[in-house]
Amino acid sequence: MLGLGVDRLQADINRLLTSLFHQGVLDEQFLQLQQLQDETSPTFVYDVINIYFDESEKLLRSLRLLLMDREFSDYKKIGLHLNQLVGSSSSIGARRVRNVCVAFRSASELNNRPGCLRGLEVVEHEYNYLKNMMHELFQLEQQRLLAAGVRYPM
Amino acid sequence: DSENGVPASFKVPAGVVHKIFSYKSSVIFCCSQERKIRREMADEVPSLAESKLTALVVDDNFVNQTMHHKLLDRLGIQNDVVCNGQEAVDVHCSGRNYDLILMDMEMPILNGIQATKRLREMGIESKIAGVTTRANEGDKKEFMEAGLNDFQEKPLTISKLLSILHRLDFYVQT
Repeated sequence: MLGLGVDRLQADINRLLTSLFHQGVLDEQFLQLQQLQDETSPTFVYDVINIYFDESEKLLRSLRLLLMDREFSDYKKIGLHLNQLVGSSSSIGARRVRNVCVAFRSASELNNRPGCLRGLEVVEHEYNYLKNMMHELFQLEQQRLLAAGVRYPM
Repeated sequence: DSENGVPASFKVPAGVVHKIFSYKSSVIFCCSQERKIRREMADEVPSLAESKLTALVVDDNFVNQTMHHKLLDRLGIQNDVVCNGQEAVDVHCSGRNYDLILMDMEMPILNGIQATKRLREMGIESKIAGVTTRANEGDKKEFMEAGLNDFQEKPLTISKLLSILHRLDFYVQT
């Protein structure tokens, strides 16, 4: 029974990942991230994704504050924040988030405020979707490890 | 499966010459002239069993820092991490030296182009590989002209890192 539980959970994980790749939410860079997890850093994927979430949320909050300011004119700062988001999203294989950040950056380079506001909404939407999917993935992984009798620090 | 911590999928193909190549430097001061003299007095290339490559990751992005640190670790390359070009300059002024520097382009305080120029002016002869997500031809040219030995687009992967090492004549022993 225990084995069947582990197998079922592994199948669920594989299905979720396949779906995320198929939707373009993730790309092959996520596989690179997984490949770096080993016995010396058994929670590497989880740790890196959480660093990504922490940093991204700070940047998104800052972007929203900048754009909500009526006196806003610092498009260069918007660009710098977006460079960070593009870079870190690329590094973890978050393809859709990366792509919408690139589109947002184009609007900022044209000093297009309405375009930036739309861009921010799209980025927030894609980011939240990715975050929800990653949480689901980690929960399944946690359940799988528990079913397999392994302790996984969360 | 893996060997020496390097996953099988990332191993250099069998038959390729493997050797570890590294300089030990006794550089203490920033003065380029003094560095030149000390380098001439430095140890010769150590034996294969003793040599270890060292690297410096220069990047302001925490995700990239973590990834690049781990990639280098995976290839057995001891490495330090700093957050911007100024810190890269400072760490060299403190006497540290590295075989390889992975230099991000866009960073606050001192960017990759400025830091590369400064390090070369200081007489730092380490191999410097520029890494960036923004890679239009103009940016790449300016970065290379600052003193890079190589350039690679992010995101970095094991195979891209191995390409950098191969092009810069560093060989990873498997």
